[in-house]
Amino acid sequence: MQTLELGPLWLSLKLGLVTVACLLLIATPLAWWLSFTRNRLRAPVEAVVALPLVLPPTVLGFYLLILLGPSGWIGRWWVELTDSTLTFSCAGLVIASIIYSLPFAVQPLQNAFESIGRGPLEAAATLGATPTRRFFTIASPLAKRGYLSAIVLVFAHTLGEFGVVLMVGGSIPGSTKVISIAVFEHVETINYTQAHILSAGLLVFSFLLLLTIFVLNRRIPIRYAN
Amino acid sequence: MDALQLDVGLTQGDFTLSVQEYVDLEGITAVFGASGSGKTTLLRIIAGLESAARGNIRFRDETWLDSAASRPAESRSVGMVFQDGRLFPHLDVRDNLMYPIRHGGRRGPIGFDKTVQTLELEALLPRQTTSLSGGERQRVAIGRALLSNSALLLMDEPLSSLDRDRKRELLPLIRSLPERFAVPILYVTHDVDELIYLARHVLHQNNGRIVARGRPAEVLRSSEFSVVEVQILSHSDALTVVQFGAAELRIPPTGSAVGDSLGLRIDSRDVILATSPPHGISIRNCLEARVQSIETRADGLVDVRLNVGEQQLAARITADAAADLGLAPDQSVYALIKSVALGSL
Repeated sequence: MQTLELGPLWLSLKLGLVTVACLLLIATPLAWWLSFTRNRLRAPVEAVVALPLVLPPTVLGFYLLILLGPSGWIGRWWVELTDSTLTFSCAGLVIASIIYSLPFAVQPLQNAFESIGRGPLEAAATLGATPTRRFFTIASPLAKRGYLSAIVLVFAHTLGEFGVVLMVGGSIPGSTKVISIAVFEHVETINYTQAHILSAGLLVFSFLLLLTIFVLNRRIPIRYAN
Repeated sequence: MDALQLDVGLTQGDFTLSVQEYVDLEGITAVFGASGSGKTTLLRIIAGLESAARGNIRFRDETWLDSAASRPAESRSVGMVFQDGRLFPHLDVRDNLMYPIRHGGRRGPIGFDKTVQTLELEALLPRQTTSLSGGERQRVAIGRALLSNSALLLMDEPLSSLDRDRKRELLPLIRSLPERFAVPILYVTHDVDELIYLARHVLHQNNGRIVARGRPAEVLRSSEFSVVEVQILSHSDALTVVQFGAAELRIPPTGSAVGDSLGLRIDSRDVILATSPPHGISIRNCLEARVQSIETRADGLVDVRLNVGEQQLAARITADAAADLGLAPDQSVYALIKSVALGSL
């Protein structure tokens, strides 16, 4: 019996958490803008945000490979900055995950902000609250469920990603060899025991995570129609 | 006296609002008009909620809007009570009321305890906003707007979603606010009775423009009804006696104090004319009047304008009756008033 190889699981979890954190910071202003703007760029931006939903992961992975590669815009800049390449690195994987999961963060938040509407925010403005105050005291608590959905979806989607990771990250142990890749390799090499351990571990973990969140979701007092 | 200078314009699709007005805000000033006339939009422009508005707004010595800049709503020192209250659904009543104190940044003399006491909100404090009735919700919304310690309070049809009894409870309260909290109110309504009860000054808005301004009795002159101003002489359990010109009227009991002046709406169909003082009838309110003008309408009815002392009263009678009475301008008649609407009270 081989030793248990749990590295890919931890790597996946770390990647998921980092992606969730980055996406909340990026998606909040983007979703806010999409919810309230009357700018004519709104529709094109919405379409771009939704692209990862329809593109095959290989297509997305292919473009990311070119973009992040040493001769791509972002990749070249990264090489100058850090002296290492972005493709086949953990940082590159994070960027790929962020783009891949963008719609899963933006869309729930946008729905949440739109269902709040301008009403409560205008009321807060007439009471003297600045835009920042209005966001933290009115919009974000009212969008609580939207945030919860975004976190769960992004995390789950990042854990489950395969094609993009394979194209952009490869399979470097400890750096880009996430759980989906590891399971794939174990199955390819007919190492079913390891595949079982990793798969079952991920299955149980994912179930417990989702269960916790759905229970929490019910416990959150619903004082408002959402 | 708080002067509000408006020279504002806004176009939204087919609708254009254009208002040039100098308003001395004292007590309650009503903005009156049919729905779709742009009253709410005008209020939103003053509050700073319509970013597309152009022009100039000055309040006291502050410029809120000019060609160079528009102060955002939070820096205008104007509180607003919305039609639907717009209480924050994730906060209970106490936290809604505390919101302007914690997050508003305006400082002033209006405090939590006095507001809660005046608006009788004590029992509501721990409640969730979703469990409030319509009237309770608007009381909380008014309290919250007062606690923003604004120099001007805007109210956008705050009673329009309430039934008659709730209105009857809230109207005297709203009427007393400018005096109790030293804040002028600009009050939007399409309800004539509300306006007569609350306002001393009216702006009549139609199709995006202010078409008339002045006292309710002047602005609301119509052949359908008259608005008259009376003084309260005395109260008893079942009725209130008021002075109208040289005569006395008996009206349903009101909450106002003896000596207060009051606006009354008298429907033209509720005014009966007689050429000699009538005897043996149940109508108690009989006034000496003089015919000013007589006009026959397309539907055959006749509108008679009367002078009662300094004030005007309109009557609508049938053509037959007008002919039988032989009515002519300058004739003395007796006007019998069947019923009186006391604002909406």
